Amino acid sequence: MTKIFAPEEIGEVIEMLVFQDLDIRAVTLGLNLQGCASPDTGSLIECVERVVGEYASKLSDVVDLIAGKYGVRIVTKRVAVTPASILLEPIARRSLDEALPTALTLAKTLDRVARDNGIDYVGGFAAFVHKGFTSGDEVVMNAIPKALASTTTLSAMINVASTMTGINSDAVLMASEKILETSKATPKGLGCARLVIMGNAPEDNPFMPGAYHGLGEPELTVNVAVSGPGVIEAAIRKAGPNADLRTLHDIIKRTAFKITRLGELIGKEVAKELGATFGIVDLSPAPSPKVGDSVATALEALGLEIAGAPGTVAALYLLIDAVKKGGAMATSSIGGLSGAFIPVSEDWGMSRAAEAGAITIDRLEAMMTVCNTGVDMVAIPGDTPKEIIAGIILDVMAAAIALDKALGVRLIPVPGAKPGDKVELGGLLGTTVVINVPKHSPRKFVTRGGLIPPPTNRLSKG
Amino acid sequence: MVVVTVLGADKPGIVAGITEVLARHNVNIVDIAQTVVRGIFSMIMVVDLSTGDVGLKDLREELVSKGRELGVEVAVNHIDVFKAMQRV
Repeated sequence: MTKIFAPEEIGEVIEMLVFQDLDIRAVTLGLNLQGCASPDTGSLIECVERVVGEYASKLSDVVDLIAGKYGVRIVTKRVAVTPASILLEPIARRSLDEALPTALTLAKTLDRVARDNGIDYVGGFAAFVHKGFTSGDEVVMNAIPKALASTTTLSAMINVASTMTGINSDAVLMASEKILETSKATPKGLGCARLVIMGNAPEDNPFMPGAYHGLGEPELTVNVAVSGPGVIEAAIRKAGPNADLRTLHDIIKRTAFKITRLGELIGKEVAKELGATFGIVDLSPAPSPKVGDSVATALEALGLEIAGAPGTVAALYLLIDAVKKGGAMATSSIGGLSGAFIPVSEDWGMSRAAEAGAITIDRLEAMMTVCNTGVDMVAIPGDTPKEIIAGIILDVMAAAIALDKALGVRLIPVPGAKPGDKVELGGLLGTTVVINVPKHSPRKFVTRGGLIPPPTNRLSKG
Repeated sequence: MVVVTVLGADKPGIVAGITEVLARHNVNIVDIAQTVVRGIFSMIMVVDLSTGDVGLKDLREELVSKGRELGVEVAVNHIDVFKAMQRV
């Protein structure tokens, strides 16, 4: 009979799965909890516990079943829920003081239900304050430090900017305070790894800590994130030193097609088994601290001495453009962040480049113009003033609205640490070096308060 | 349909060991090929579980454990993985 697949085709897939760390980074179940919002704390908590418990348990079983069926590793299982600010709104409206303990109970409940059911992260402890604060938003923001300190899986997000509305600088300053409070409330400041400050946060993002179940989403949806920097790097290296840039673009594009297809297959199967809507595949190749699974070393394979060297922005642009084009051919269910992740501590190549001084906050800010990361998983000295943090966030948000893209800031002020110190964050969060932050103060600028208006791009949207 | 891939250092008895497990469960081999991946012995089989008395999960466990005995790496994947990744 005719062969179904050439041995080379099978060999290539097996090589990716076995030797190049190709896996499904995350299956994220988006879950609508709007029905749980109540002016009564008991009813709210009971409802959240029941609904999240039911689906978290199902998700765990289904993910194991599908990983077993296809022989593909699924690294993390996550649940993203309706923003907590919405759930807490009825209570917060009555009394902010009463709502704060409820917010903490909500955080602990989400965390406990997640852990009991083998869920790695639960996202949606979120506030949307890009134009102003509601009572629910204020409660969530005030609860974040204690909520993160008393949980291990809870993930928090504050959206402070959008192309449609501009940047809320009051929210940026308050978010900076929350980052520092979280750092002080958790060992090594580790809680900050579960807190991202975003602009243009997408509703269907499968990645933590930015994931939440957006208001435009259906009841139940499955979003998928794939790994794959190792596969892309291997493909680049296989092409050899004489391949020109257009040839490499084509090779990355074809590789991204295959990676994305695997994500789509697994996502659709998990959704089918759960009776959920299949949402999206996030095209971003997600790195891990494992050697050989790094976006930075994929850039180096293109010919850079080290990630961060001059040419890095162009190399990253080439890589992401190819990933997007290959991914777009592979699936019509695109969404999430769909760029490339270069979280410093979580990508061992980025971490090494930061240690060598090649990756700095300035270089990350240059790189964010062509990717969807921002300044992510960057350890900074614990005594960094809040105004400096606010300045960094404002810069990233300005790029987010000027370029009309999703960007985030995840800084980890490490108490007692000085630039150059090594910090072990553990597990998927990796080991990293504490980066130097600029000394010159933007205090007078960041404390003026008010909104930075949206760009003219806003007007073209009607 | 399932793809069974065997990788490792070449030695007598690998093919016999693996196919014995398949035969015991009445699993039919639809396609079989040997090639070299990363310079080491590799055998690729497409097998049909519909005639057999074993599910994919149990077959994987048995084959991986047989592979361990033989000192080779065995991967067992649903054929849809290859269809998704290698066909437009």
